[in-house]
Amino acid sequence: MTTRTRGRRAPLASVGLHATLVVASVIAVFPVLWILLTSLKPAQHAITTDFVKEPTLANYTYLLESSHFLSWFANSVLVAGVTTVLGVFIAATTGYAVSRFKFPGMKPLMWTLLITQMFPMAILIVPLYNLMGDLGLLNQPVGLIITYLTIAVPFCAWMMKGFFDTIPVEIDESGRVDGLNPFGTFWRLILPLAKPGLAVTGFYAFITAWGEVAYASAFMVGEENLTLAGGLQTFVTQYTSNWGAMSAASVLIAIPAAVFFLFAQRHLVAGMTAGATKG
Amino acid sequence: MAAHTSQSVAKAAGDDVENNDAAARGRSRLADGRNTGTGNKNGARGGLRRALATHWYAWTMIAPVVLVLGVIIGWPLVRGVYLSLTDANERNVARTIGVRHIDATYRFVGLDNYTAVLGDPVFLQRLVWTVVWTVACVSITFTIGLALANMLNRDFRGRAAYRMALILPWAVPGFVSVFAWRFLFNRDNGILNKVLDGGGISAIPWLDDPTWAKFSVIAVNVWLGVPFMMVALLGGLQSIPGELYEAAEMDGATPWQRFRHITLPGLRSVSMTVILLSTIWTFNMFPVIFLLTRGGPGDSTEILVTQAFREAFITSPRDFATSATWGVLILALLMIFALVYRRSLRKQGEVW
Repeated sequence: MTTRTRGRRAPLASVGLHATLVVASVIAVFPVLWILLTSLKPAQHAITTDFVKEPTLANYTYLLESSHFLSWFANSVLVAGVTTVLGVFIAATTGYAVSRFKFPGMKPLMWTLLITQMFPMAILIVPLYNLMGDLGLLNQPVGLIITYLTIAVPFCAWMMKGFFDTIPVEIDESGRVDGLNPFGTFWRLILPLAKPGLAVTGFYAFITAWGEVAYASAFMVGEENLTLAGGLQTFVTQYTSNWGAMSAASVLIAIPAAVFFLFAQRHLVAGMTAGATKG
Repeated sequence: MAAHTSQSVAKAAGDDVENNDAAARGRSRLADGRNTGTGNKNGARGGLRRALATHWYAWTMIAPVVLVLGVIIGWPLVRGVYLSLTDANERNVARTIGVRHIDATYRFVGLDNYTAVLGDPVFLQRLVWTVVWTVACVSITFTIGLALANMLNRDFRGRAAYRMALILPWAVPGFVSVFAWRFLFNRDNGILNKVLDGGGISAIPWLDDPTWAKFSVIAVNVWLGVPFMMVALLGGLQSIPGELYEAAEMDGATPWQRFRHITLPGLRSVSMTVILLSTIWTFNMFPVIFLLTRGGPGDSTEILVTQAFREAFITSPRDFATSATWGVLILALLMIFALVYRRSLRKQGEVW
């Protein structure tokens, strides 16, 4: 893409541009930075306005040694990881089918996939809760995984359609000429080409499950069964506020996610808007 | 690294559009070819058999998803609708206490729950606030996102660094950000009030006063939503050919005219998508409200979704039937919205 040259900006406009962007950047970064700084302060200074005061890792050692943080983390990894793998696995062929074929039932399917993304939580949470209760799966990672598949499957199918759409249909045609049936074409030609798309879809499914709050809050009780979203709530309740532990936990949850995300983000947007605009 | 990213967003966005069109064209070609071919061959056979012969590949491929959706979404959905027609609550649903199993004793009550919910002024109150919340969040997020995208689309020193900083809120898991804000908003100990205090302004009850709480939840949601909006719109902006702007400039168009007549139409397809997505997300935005204010103070920031959650999981006894009723009503509202939105897209000649 060529860069436009539209004459020179007046110095005043340039100052305005930078000033606005500096303010916006500060607003964007500050809360995250502040949590990072707070996590490095001793607990008794957590609520001071000093940027750095007697930096220490005490909050982190407390978190790792005296709280259930590690089991929450393991629960979250397990639930989000299995959800992602299953979601991508189940949805892959559907994404391909709706991208390549016109078949009776395609429009209703597309609509179902779209609509199920709009509503699940409010309407499904009670029946799923009762169902999991009947099956004895409340408080079990398996129950949460099944529940998260209600979100991940439609979403993965929808998003993968967008990625398959970006692979030229000529490749399918050449596969057909060489005598492959649609399954062979999908498996041997398209799936390898779509790997980056699958990875991005999987990543998205993972962070959606990772950050889910409502089901996790309702289905998981008892300190060590919680996921991170539930666990973090226990540090700051109506009655207690352990801001030091909360901030340290936040940093441990956010930094790996943020680093990974900043590398992947350009694919995320491309895939999502492509899938959505092309219905 | 960041400059490289921006180029790629543009390229990716552009390529996607082209490839999609190509794929769509190729697809219809492919489909047409197959249809006519099979049509000739199977002209005499029954319609169903012909459909099976033509489409069994596609149907087999979608089978896993249809199956999964049917079992884990379809069945609970039907049950949810059924629950909304009963008086089920914590005390009369089937449950197991220790080894003793107690059967369900709830009854079918018809539309009683609906008349109760709709007749209660609380519903209208929640609905109005949910709509205000959604419209405010989406419009503010879109405006700020568009403004920042336009700024970042220019060529100047340091824009890579700015973009990195501005995307950061999107990279942090939502519930973590919300807790960070809860910390900043804290009435006695939060940094915002400490700063105000330093400036001689008395503390603002960010989360403890109904009006300020509404302001706060919207502010946090905007903060969370701007990066996505900005990145998507930036991708759209970079796919608008620069020649259009040059030509307009030659013709003496003012910056505002260029924005109005080139930028906005050029962004239309991207805007439509992000507005639809963020409207749906915001309407159902559970974590921000639940984690920041728990719907409070009182019930002033409770939106429809958090109200449904409250009925089933917070109030005592847990009222499953009423919660399901709220759920069905939310679903109905969103479906109406989707239909209206689709109709308006159709009128403007969009794909679907």
